[in-house]
Amino acid sequence: MLWHALTLQLGYNATLVTLGAMLLGVAAGVTGTFLFLRKRALVSDAISHATLPGVGIAFIIMVVLGGDGRSLIGLMLGSAASAWIGLLCIGFLTRRTRLAEDAAIGAVLSVFFGIGIVFLTYIQTMSEGRQAGLEGFLLGSTAGMLYSDAVIIAVGGAAVLLAVIAFRRPLSAIAFDPEFAASSGLNVPRLDLIMMGLVMAITVVGLKIVGLILIVALLIIPPVTARFWSERVTGVLWVAGVVGGVAGYVGAALSAIAPALPTGPVIVLVLFAMFALSLLFAPARGVLAAVLKHLSFQKRVHVRQGLLALAQGQPIYEKLTLRLLQRSGLARADGVPTPDGKARAAKALRDERRWQMARSREEFALAATFYDGLTEIEGVLTSDQISELDRLIGAPQGVPV
Amino acid sequence: MTSLELATSDGTRMIETPAGAALAIRGMTVSYGQKPAVFSVDMTVPVGSMTAIIGPNGAGKSTLLKAALGVIKPLAGSAQVFGQPVAQARARIAYVPQRASVDWDFPTRVLDVVLMGLYRELGLLGRLRGTHKAKAMDCLKRVGMQDFATRQIGQLSGGQQQRVFLARALAQDADLYLLDEPFAGVDAATEKAIIDVLQALRADGKTVVAVHHDLSTVTDYFDRVFLINTTRVAEGTVEEAFTPQTLQDAYGGRLATGQLGQTALGA
Repeated sequence: MLWHALTLQLGYNATLVTLGAMLLGVAAGVTGTFLFLRKRALVSDAISHATLPGVGIAFIIMVVLGGDGRSLIGLMLGSAASAWIGLLCIGFLTRRTRLAEDAAIGAVLSVFFGIGIVFLTYIQTMSEGRQAGLEGFLLGSTAGMLYSDAVIIAVGGAAVLLAVIAFRRPLSAIAFDPEFAASSGLNVPRLDLIMMGLVMAITVVGLKIVGLILIVALLIIPPVTARFWSERVTGVLWVAGVVGGVAGYVGAALSAIAPALPTGPVIVLVLFAMFALSLLFAPARGVLAAVLKHLSFQKRVHVRQGLLALAQGQPIYEKLTLRLLQRSGLARADGVPTPDGKARAAKALRDERRWQMARSREEFALAATFYDGLTEIEGVLTSDQISELDRLIGAPQGVPV
Repeated sequence: MTSLELATSDGTRMIETPAGAALAIRGMTVSYGQKPAVFSVDMTVPVGSMTAIIGPNGAGKSTLLKAALGVIKPLAGSAQVFGQPVAQARARIAYVPQRASVDWDFPTRVLDVVLMGLYRELGLLGRLRGTHKAKAMDCLKRVGMQDFATRQIGQLSGGQQQRVFLARALAQDADLYLLDEPFAGVDAATEKAIIDVLQALRADGKTVVAVHHDLSTVTDYFDRVFLINTTRVAEGTVEEAFTPQTLQDAYGGRLATGQLGQTALGA
């Protein structure tokens, strides 16, 4: 059953929903990247919570006008309107009062969500409200989704994706250096508004599948995961798109076989799995890589210090140093250097003298800035420069070369 | 310096912007909250000059620059660049903000930062081509950073970061270069590299304005100074405006008089 779901063999409708969710995930990951880079991730949480009153009001209006309150387009328009009002409130509180943005976000988020819940509870008491299934908008649900709903989600996701790609350069410019961007003529407040508008569009489009409480995960976790893998905006965008797409796809497929399970939490779990793997195993920025890097650095420091001690005939007190020298075949357990160790020790001491000479001469000032006790001098200076240093030092003293 | 004598900041100015000015600021007032950081400042920068904006901490040096560029909105006043409003002269302006103003862990490489100087030229949908990359590489070469093109910006030293910012401004191919503390916290080799680039720009007829904090190098690096402490204190060539008296006026008791005398003499 699971395999059937993942390979799109559960019928036309389920397939369409799954593909729509995937497209939404890609668009959310890419849009969220700019939100993340601009360091405004939490605004998306406020936007999504602020959609709830709109959902309720739109439902009531549609019912009062004699229509079917469940029309997805109608509910989306309502949610967009109230999310926009929420955004304006945050903007107003931040600009016109002394409140910081995080406080404004907290206030708007909770007040709008509270109002929305009041509407939803009221709708439950209406005769049309009982089967409305509006709770599905909280945590997401693909159950009972219509063909037209899936099309709306797919088209909406694709449209947002195209818009974000078109604006990728100015959006990354204002995220990296807003002052420079403004000086070169970019309208920073307007671009911020465009970004927020796109985030709002993702929220509204994703409301049905992911649910408003967890849509923030689909916007933020993909770029955060992607950041572990890339040092370039383009790379982060690609990886975030893939991560979001996979999460949307798997989330919708799983919920097709377990309709009782809300889609939002499933998507979040898939996202979390990818995030956790990246956190641990990413090559440059992962936790494991950092530990390994530290250990190898520590080893280099200890071996170097040990070699210098050996070269000067000093005893080695630290156990770790001795163990590392021993393991590299440079010294015996009693601290006496092996022939290989002797040669390496002499070279280390020689290089140390060369560095000291380089640091004392003005003509080597630039190279001397690379000195950290570990860097090999051959990597910084050419062989003729090193010969010049050797000439200045004179013949090796007391240490066999 | 007739343009200078004509433009006063006491509210009686009647004089239009001098035609030969690269940058002309008139009546600029900027305020954060209720306290003006810059009050009614006039500034005239002749074409082809190299001007240091100096003054104590919090005197409004950076603020003046940002307001002239339209990065922050002034309460009053205006700025013209080569006789045009700033908004119409963007293509002729390059800007180097303070290094500390950005997040250096941003996922971008050195070459990508320099390419940002070409975004205006590229427009929204223009494609980045080989010629753009070649131009960006050339700008990196001018600041001695060509070997760092593919480095992540977080791996750079402070001086190298400053050079990358300068390369990005060079990519803007402007006539007026505005720099905010380009020498702050950089090593001696970088300071030399930057001043060489700036002097080469001036030799090409470009105009350079830099917020500067090191009084001991003013006479060596610049030919004009603009002293500010919320209001304009003095403006003119180094000989006429960089004197113990003007420094005393700008810095008040914050510098010992003896030190001031030495500095102004270039000792």
